[in-house]
Amino acid sequence: MEASDATLPVAPATEVDLTQSSKRLGELVIKGLLGLAAFISLATTVGIVLSLLLPAIEFFREISPVEFFTGTTWAPLFEPGSFGVVPLIVGTLVVTFWALLLAVPAGLGTAIFLSEYASPRTRQFLKPTLEILAAIPTVVFGYFALTAVTPLLRSIGIEVEIFNVLAGGLVMGVMLIPTIASLSEDAMGAVPQALRDGAYGLGADRLQVSTRVVVPAAISGIIASFVLGISRAVGETMIVLIAVGQLPQITFNPKDTIETMTAFIGATGNGDLPTGSIEYKTIFAVGLTLFVMTLIMNIISIRLVRRYREVYD
Amino acid sequence: MSRKTKGNIFVGVMILCLGVSFGTLGWLLVTTFIDGIPGLSGKLFTAPPSTQPEEAGARPAILATIYIAALLLLMAVPIGVATAVYLEEYAHKERWYNQILELNIQNLAAVPAIVYGILGLAFVVRGPLGIGRVLLAGAIILTLVVLPTVIIAAREAIRAVPDTIRQGGLALGATKWQVIWKQVLPASIPGIATGSILALSRAVGETAPLLLIGALQYVAFDPTLLGAFTALPVQIYTWIKLPDPEFRTLAAAAIIVLLAIVLTMNALAIFLRNRFRQTW
Repeated sequence: MEASDATLPVAPATEVDLTQSSKRLGELVIKGLLGLAAFISLATTVGIVLSLLLPAIEFFREISPVEFFTGTTWAPLFEPGSFGVVPLIVGTLVVTFWALLLAVPAGLGTAIFLSEYASPRTRQFLKPTLEILAAIPTVVFGYFALTAVTPLLRSIGIEVEIFNVLAGGLVMGVMLIPTIASLSEDAMGAVPQALRDGAYGLGADRLQVSTRVVVPAAISGIIASFVLGISRAVGETMIVLIAVGQLPQITFNPKDTIETMTAFIGATGNGDLPTGSIEYKTIFAVGLTLFVMTLIMNIISIRLVRRYREVYD
Repeated sequence: MSRKTKGNIFVGVMILCLGVSFGTLGWLLVTTFIDGIPGLSGKLFTAPPSTQPEEAGARPAILATIYIAALLLLMAVPIGVATAVYLEEYAHKERWYNQILELNIQNLAAVPAIVYGILGLAFVVRGPLGIGRVLLAGAIILTLVVLPTVIIAAREAIRAVPDTIRQGGLALGATKWQVIWKQVLPASIPGIATGSILALSRAVGETAPLLLIGALQYVAFDPTLLGAFTALPVQIYTWIKLPDPEFRTLAAAAIIVLLAIVLTMNALAIFLRNRFRQTW
């Protein structure tokens, strides 16, 4: 052996697999069981897609997709029925607009404060309080919108209907604040401290560092939080069911009563509609539309989050 | 405007943003308590629902919600932790099927709860499983709703256990599973418990999927696993919809009970997290 050289050969720093080379049977069984548990999540997605798709295909055999996606009258339980889903989609988007109008600035402001301004002690108090807000069940928010916010709007001279977009949308916005704030704060937390220090070194103050360095550096994560907020607003059921109403009409007036996709599903799905009837299949056609809309937004949001993780982590 | 003024205005705006959350939270709690206190009585816990508001209670609904929470603990937590162990300890991240699994769980966490209700209606209540509008159907669907949350929380807890612990175990001759069972899982219990309790508290307040499972019904008897049921949030929704203002009071009283359950669970989770926080 020529180990007496001045430079000794160094073992390559590869990762060494410390696990046994021959597996025991019991270990393999355990791995199989764990994999089976993981398979349940996959089966859930397959189940969701099949449960929506199969009845929806039958639905579209009877009602043409063109009529469904362009029709402007929604009256599926009438005789003869009218199956234009546009009023439900518009209703959903209008409520989402009002929710985001409140949740985006409030959530972002909260996130900047938590990430850049709050002392550790303040954070220790603020974060759990936001978690309490996130824990309030949506049926409670619905009750609150109907019995507290709508009367308040009326008392300050905004003549809203009993069931209206404005109260439901704003309360939904408050519901979304913790989601948007915590995701945005995560993204800002991933911004390297060196970027902040560099800006401070150049004479920037805290406002400039927050708004011109941290927010732009974390922008993909912040946008991901907004997109996830939209997805949650589109899929939220109880607030709209209780406080926004069940009157499908195309209107952009926030004082009016409307119906969203989720409210239709929630109100119709609990009835005793016979399996196989066109009314029953309608639930699945609307459900599929809702699922595809939220799926697109979830994937956009997941990709944006991965982008900032790739850059900074 | 000087830099200082601008900075102060910005801080003011941010405090306003915080005020939206905290103000609304406070307002919500206060109005609900004022509305609900007159309806809080022993009857709420002992009597079944009734068409007469002075005789109505929420006993079957409260019991069903407790049963559902217990079933979730038995189903969602073991399956969720097992999935997390598989993904963190066994799965090769580069394999395509593991990447699909990963993306799938992230998406499932954001699928609207009511869509799970449609799955339940088509596959569990009617269709292949066909067990009808029973409590077990509700528990199965809520398990699927919270499973992604449990998985994500458990994965974070497992990932936080440093590799040196695993290597130490393996170097002493333990098998992979022995290391996981005796070292990794005990070290990640606080994180798993916190995440699981938060997920359960979310499930307890979940209403929309249960509407499609058929929990919106008149149930005057104590629930059983394979019997008709209504849950506390669904009972609240039923009472909100009734025009009689006395039912509104009952709804608010039931909301106080629901909030008490949910917020106690959250407080427990936050306590566990702070008490057992471990830095390696």
